[in-house]
Amino acid sequence: MLSRVGETLYWVSRYIERAENVARVINVNNMLLLDLPKGVCTGWGPLIDIIGARQAYLENNADFSESKALKYLLVGKDNPSSILNSIISARESARTIRDVIPRDVWEEINSLYYYVKNNQSEGLSKRGRFAYLKKIIESAHLIFGTLNATINHDNGYIFIRFGSIIERADMSSRILDIRSETLITNEEAKPYENIQWISLLRSLSAYQMYRQEMGVRVQRADVIEFVMHSEVFPRSILFCLNEMKSLVEPLVNSAAIITIIDNARDDLKGKNVRELKNGFLHNYVDEIQIKLAAIHNVLAESYFLKLPSQTQSQSQG
Amino acid sequence: MRIDWKAYNTKGFFDELIDGQGNVRLHGQKLAQFFANLSADELKKARAVADLAIKEMGITFTVYNEGSMIDRAWPFDIIPRTIGKNEWQKVELGLKQRVEALNLFIDDLYHDQKIIKDGVFPRGLLEKSVNFRQQCVGINPPNKIWAHICGSDLVRDGKGTVYVLEDNLRVPSGVSYMLENRSVMKRVFPELFEQMSILPIDDYPSQLFDMLAAMSPRPQDKPEVVVLTPGVFNSAYFEHCYLAQEMGCELVEGRDLVVEKDDCVYMRTITGLQRVDVIYRRIDDLFLDPEVFLPDSQLGVPGLMRAWSKGNVALVNAPGAGVADDKVVYAYVPEIIKYYLDETPKLENVPTYKCLDEKECDYVIKNIDKLVVKPANESGGYGLLIGPKSTQKEQQICIEQIKVDPRNWVAQPTLNLSTVPTFDGLEPDGRHVDLRPFILSSGKDIQVTTGGLTRVAMNKGSLVVNSSQGGGSKDTWIVDEEAE
Repeated sequence: MLSRVGETLYWVSRYIERAENVARVINVNNMLLLDLPKGVCTGWGPLIDIIGARQAYLENNADFSESKALKYLLVGKDNPSSILNSIISARESARTIRDVIPRDVWEEINSLYYYVKNNQSEGLSKRGRFAYLKKIIESAHLIFGTLNATINHDNGYIFIRFGSIIERADMSSRILDIRSETLITNEEAKPYENIQWISLLRSLSAYQMYRQEMGVRVQRADVIEFVMHSEVFPRSILFCLNEMKSLVEPLVNSAAIITIIDNARDDLKGKNVRELKNGFLHNYVDEIQIKLAAIHNVLAESYFLKLPSQTQSQSQG
Repeated sequence: MRIDWKAYNTKGFFDELIDGQGNVRLHGQKLAQFFANLSADELKKARAVADLAIKEMGITFTVYNEGSMIDRAWPFDIIPRTIGKNEWQKVELGLKQRVEALNLFIDDLYHDQKIIKDGVFPRGLLEKSVNFRQQCVGINPPNKIWAHICGSDLVRDGKGTVYVLEDNLRVPSGVSYMLENRSVMKRVFPELFEQMSILPIDDYPSQLFDMLAAMSPRPQDKPEVVVLTPGVFNSAYFEHCYLAQEMGCELVEGRDLVVEKDDCVYMRTITGLQRVDVIYRRIDDLFLDPEVFLPDSQLGVPGLMRAWSKGNVALVNAPGAGVADDKVVYAYVPEIIKYYLDETPKLENVPTYKCLDEKECDYVIKNIDKLVVKPANESGGYGLLIGPKSTQKEQQICIEQIKVDPRNWVAQPTLNLSTVPTFDGLEPDGRHVDLRPFILSSGKDIQVTTGGLTRVAMNKGSLVVNSSQGGGSKDTWIVDEEAE
């Protein structure tokens, strides 16, 4: 496997995972806002925070109104993490390795691009939004599913999986961070605290699995424990770190990357996350994100093409 | 509203489906009938299916326009072009003969130059050729093959005679469109393939791979064959990917390759360096190796020519093969065939005036309004002047250019290119076409694609079929009339 190809596979997969995650977060927020009473509203600001773009957003937008925020998240040209831009990046990267990707996968990425681009008015409208986002999520699943079922599970597949998993861990940590931080907990909102935690879980497709695994009602400490420490839920951060380790184990020269994953994993395992109060949770999530970035850097250092003309952007934030 | 072929006007051109009396030619009967039975609604649907398939399959080409790059879906017409199998077999023989002679010619030019010593080919032409590579003199590529892949452009004139218009021996492109056009047609009209005896074309990628593998300097079971692309910005990038994918080879860029101290070529992989045996290069000669050619080329690989000249890697096509693809050399192909094979050409050359010759140059300048004037070394239809369709001012500019460098110009009579019915709205209307078959030579055998890429000048009356200049394409069906 060419180093350049390994690197590109990694990014294609990361971008698609990102688009899917953003789509899910929007969809869930949309549902949540319908449930919350008028005065009690977190609005769309937190979603801009999840993708780490508050400052950039405010440069061109005066407020976090639904229409402005959605436009920015779905198709914002100036937002590198907008769904459309993620899909464009995935498609452009995929195009440079079309020889490697199965045709069906390329066609799906390509038609996803046309879908996202040509149906944006659906996504921006209240009625069409659910179906639009659902289609994006399904399409991402289809792409990963087709890859799983049709591509050789060789080194290339390792990079595809790795890109997806590291992005997932990154997103899970962001969602947990921002969502718990902005949770409205005043007296008036008390009755709604529960649905806000449920909505956090839903943003991670985690609600059903939480119920099955934790067997308790939805409450702060357990939600944080589940999202951070579950060894069985595929979007939990610990699960993702375990997965990263088993992915790179068969690769040659993997000592450095295994060490850094191990460090992150041991640290997370040893942390009593249930007890983390808001400010501390935020700081700890920051630490996790720094570790994820370091894992990316070691991976790139070990396997990707080392040339001055690196054009791929680093992970966001 | 259904298609009435009786109402189709061939306007005095040779139409490949309908003859001068308005009758459908033998090889197209089932096709014509099938289309005549389609309702306007079915037609619209078929076109929508084709458009969607092209978009989803991502069949694109790239156009450069004022410095920016635009990726366009490939214009495609759903009426296929049909050619009878009997006629095609003759064309095939002619192409094989031609390519065999051209390879002998190139090898001779880089060795003893017997053809020049024997006075058949003028030395002056060689000296001025921009595609002759001094660096290739004396090198012996495997099996003495230089032009492994040749794309020859064929046209028919007003009488239907097939002519070779030019041979592309550098990095001919288009074969992926030929293959994709077929898969689009199979999606659009599967029933036609059941009813008719259309010869398949799917074999090309495996033939290409076998030919490439046969060039490997290391005898082993699985030689490492790669496709070298200039990158995603190249207009034929789609094709580079397509071929690499179909052959299961790595698609590499210059930066993926490195020539080590042992003068062997390696690619940079996630497990370290890995030796490369055969490079199907889709980069022009001058960008191949900055040590030998353009020093600031970012696309090539430093040391590549060194590795090649030592026989450590095969380059396909060989550097320098383009010497036989220039439009002035073209004029000598009948003599070249005679000289090396002692045969008469089985396929006709379009009569060509060489501006190098003073008399012929005078003729060209005096008759420029009737001729097609071509620069010797441009491809893609750039720099072309079509006399009858040009303004006086354009003609004047062209004459000035000819006078500055006569060797660089040739001219041919305007051919009344044949037409094929092509949809203009819902009505079929004749559009001019050419045909680019691809010929593979390994030194052991020569293989020709079944048919080739039919390019269509989509604009009414236009003669320019290049995709970069408003051309489109059609699927090409070689039809076994006897099995029909």
